[in-house]
Amino acid sequence: MPTPLVVSEVSKSFTMHLRDGIQLPVVENVTFAVASGECAVLGGPSGIGKSSILKMLYGNYGVDAGQILITHDQLTVDIASADPRTVLALRRDVIGYVSQFLRTVPRVAAVDVVAEPLVARGVSHGEARARAVELLEKLNLPERLWSLPPATFSGGEQQRVNIARGFITNHPLLLLDEPTASLDAANRAVVVELIRAKKAAGVALLGIFHDNDVRAEIADRIIDVSGFRARKDAA
Amino acid sequence: MNDHPLLRVNAVTKYYGSRVGCTDVSFNLWPGEVLAIVGESGSGKTTLLNAISTNLMPTSGTVEYRMRDGQFRDLYRMGEAERRFLMRTDWGFVHQNPADGLRMTVSAGANVGERLMAIGNRHYGNIRQEATQWLGRVEIDADRIDDQPRDFSGGMRQRLQIARNLVTGPRLVFMDEPTGGLDVSVQARLLDLVRGLVNDLGLSAIVVTHDLAVARLLSHRMMVMKEGRVIEHGLTDRVLDDPREPYTQLLVSSILQV
Repeated sequence: MPTPLVVSEVSKSFTMHLRDGIQLPVVENVTFAVASGECAVLGGPSGIGKSSILKMLYGNYGVDAGQILITHDQLTVDIASADPRTVLALRRDVIGYVSQFLRTVPRVAAVDVVAEPLVARGVSHGEARARAVELLEKLNLPERLWSLPPATFSGGEQQRVNIARGFITNHPLLLLDEPTASLDAANRAVVVELIRAKKAAGVALLGIFHDNDVRAEIADRIIDVSGFRARKDAA
Repeated sequence: MNDHPLLRVNAVTKYYGSRVGCTDVSFNLWPGEVLAIVGESGSGKTTLLNAISTNLMPTSGTVEYRMRDGQFRDLYRMGEAERRFLMRTDWGFVHQNPADGLRMTVSAGANVGERLMAIGNRHYGNIRQEATQWLGRVEIDADRIDDQPRDFSGGMRQRLQIARNLVTGPRLVFMDEPTGGLDVSVQARLLDLVRGLVNDLGLSAIVVTHDLAVARLLSHRMMVMKEGRVIEHGLTDRVLDDPREPYTQLLVSSILQV
């Protein structure tokens, strides 16, 4: 079975044009792969570029150099150089992403926020909503919140909506940016269970987890991002 | 995935005398795709929109549209009558000021029904029924069908304009600052409505806006214009979260955080 994610010699820096064009190097020579059914965790202290790596893999940040090869259905695409339309198709069908924060859309009910990725893949509204309800129930989101837009929810409630949205599809590659950050122990355990189910289903997972207990339970391997630190003299 | 673009824009340039409106703009638009054109006043975004939508003849360049029979046609080589028919049926144009896109002194129902009549509907009952249904979709109460839009609020007028444009089932809709001049709460409602309709109907759209939040919410892809040129072009969230060009960084960093 082909490796769904291969990252090869990826570099990223930010050029701050409003600050006299100074260069902020982020990471250099990032190289790793994630196999199906594996949960790899990006390790290293805050500010070292872990989230930036996930954002590059999702096409949300541009890539200065290197390749990010996503393989699905015997087709390999380099997301570092793919056009927007290809990136959107990959997001719809291949790469899922749970960010730390939910970007809320005015007036859309929590249950529809969760169901949306399935609807985008052609599942009927009714079926998608039923699956959304199932997940929200599992994540202990009170039923009275399901039909409300999540803009006014607490951080933990928003996070659970976000997790449900990320886990509802069967994308073969899932990126997790601290999905358990603002959850209590009971809900953390639910997320751990969801991640285990994804692994068992052959999904390749790559995540950032600062919570040591969660990490110990789900990580098959730690990828130390300190090793990809950009050299200061690059500036 | 549909493997043909709906619209091919190639090197479109518009001069006003010696002054540049927009210059050398090329892109493809695919079915179901929403493209935002952003930039400050005078950057050429409205000129570009008008040049693509055949409201303004470009100085050079071509705009080709894939007709329902699958054939690409150069819009500026079409006859006037054919182009008008296309605009009335397969396209929509939502103006910033609803008064530019509506007839203010005929009823709301007639505003929606007029486009249906233009494509050959003659049965009064059917037209009225269809108009009522569309007013409902844009959240205007059915009992306002006989009122004139001049008696409507700004937000209602804009929603009526959208209904008028979408009633014929267009495949491509142009929008020029669709939320400009509306209160923030009214904007949110309108944006949500447009977003839902675009998704449900699988519309392609080109949205001109100076509001990056509108671009983020509605569009898949965006182009940033400055002094008539496209200076940055890409996936909407990539351009907004990792802007490359100095001017784009300035735009993004100028958004007020709430």
